[in-house]
Amino acid sequence: MVQFDGVAVRYGRGPEILQDIQFALPAGSFHFLTGASGAGKSSLLRLIYLAQRPSRGRILLFGRDTSAARRYELPALRRRVGVVFQDFRLLDHLSTLDNVALPLRIAGATEQDVQKFVPDLLNWVGLTEQMHATPPTLSGGQKQRVAIARAVIGRPDLLLADEPTGNVDDRIAMRLMYLFEELNKLGTTVVVATHNENLVSRLDYPRLLLENGRVTKA
Amino acid sequence: MTFLTKRSDLPLEKDASSKFVPWLVAPMVFLSAVALAGAFILSTLIARWDRDVSGTLTVEIAAAPGEASLSGDRTRAKVEQTLRILESTPGVARARALTQEQLVNLLAPWLGNSDLLRELPLPALLDVTLSQDVNVDLAALSKTLAQSVPGASLDDHRIWLARLIRLSRAIQWLAVSIVVLIGVVTSATVYFATRTAMAVHHDVIEVLHLIGAADSYIARQFADRALLLGLKGGLFGLGLTIPVVAMINFGTEQMEGGFLADLSLPLLGWVCVLLLPLVAALLAMLTARAAVYRSLAQML
Repeated sequence: MVQFDGVAVRYGRGPEILQDIQFALPAGSFHFLTGASGAGKSSLLRLIYLAQRPSRGRILLFGRDTSAARRYELPALRRRVGVVFQDFRLLDHLSTLDNVALPLRIAGATEQDVQKFVPDLLNWVGLTEQMHATPPTLSGGQKQRVAIARAVIGRPDLLLADEPTGNVDDRIAMRLMYLFEELNKLGTTVVVATHNENLVSRLDYPRLLLENGRVTKA
Repeated sequence: MTFLTKRSDLPLEKDASSKFVPWLVAPMVFLSAVALAGAFILSTLIARWDRDVSGTLTVEIAAAPGEASLSGDRTRAKVEQTLRILESTPGVARARALTQEQLVNLLAPWLGNSDLLRELPLPALLDVTLSQDVNVDLAALSKTLAQSVPGASLDDHRIWLARLIRLSRAIQWLAVSIVVLIGVVTSATVYFATRTAMAVHHDVIEVLHLIGAADSYIARQFADRALLLGLKGGLFGLGLTIPVVAMINFGTEQMEGGFLADLSLPLLGWVCVLLLPLVAALLAMLTARAAVYRSLAQML
């Protein structure tokens, strides 16, 4: 599903913030990505969801070498990846429903499908009443649930979540993790970046530990 | 017209950077329409002048020297000889000499209608009509006349008509250049307005990009917006143009004399003017699309 071979990232002429990253995530697996703040978790996820290219090394995504992929091939690869951004990145001018519907519309789904699937999912994450509200009127936890709903609505092959439980209490955090587990059982490969050790210890999944720019435990 | 109802993921309708686009397109379409109408009217005028003078010639025979009565007889003899040459020339349909009275009437506006004018040794003028079917070798005819009839010269009106047509064509090209220049300016403005809008909405575009939107998906939203704004401005500009062109038509119809009677816009001209808003809107749409593609190409 995802394979890193000797991947490194540096910004400009600065030092490499990720060095010699080497790991493989099998299809259908569930991994935590852990490490201290600033360890490079978000940078590693950015490489996977094709927001940036590595300075060196090779990344295989769904069997495709992303550095060899042509630019016009990338949107199709990105549509197979659901991302929960750390800062949510919701579109403030769109309603909750329209935010969640974005991946479906981008994939060319009909309005019938949008109206059928999105309200169901919003109901599942407890946002039925906020369906027509815009993000600026939502609380931090509600925004996070919208972001998660947007990431999973297209039933992605790979789900990346960057600190998805950072703004919710433990009860909601566990409920969101159960949602990820449900998706994982349906075949979605899941990577959750978190520094919430409590969460990691409660769920028995392998972890990738980032230390000093290197994956030390895979 | 689906672009009128298509939803957009980008809040482009609130954009200050694109709100001025219709107000720019409207005067551009107005100026283009006036320039285009001018070019078409000139084209009609040139065609009419060309049609009117082609197929006719004038032969001028200088008055023979000597006493008035002798001069008159000699000139008349030259006229007879010239008529014989002309009538025997293939392609000449008709040739007739202008009477003394007609010559005096032609000169009267400049020299006055006096008896003295009738006594002056006036040159003879022959009005020649050419056949539509046969081409006359005008150079050979001119040479024959000059050799056979001393003082005879041929004028096919081509020299002054060619100058007039050259001038008119230059004005026509100027009008077309103005239309092209207006198109370029409109396009450049839409281009920079689109780039500004993209900078304003960079965060939204990045999110769409990262969740898998292809360039065409994002470009379509900008292009639809530009098409709508271009069409609005274009129709407003057309609304300003139609009364102006109609007034020119009405004004020239009211004028006396045949010279300006054709100063009206032909049907093809009306079609082109009416299509201008659509052309402006399509230009805006294609420019916006190109600007978006060019800008997105810099993203991964």
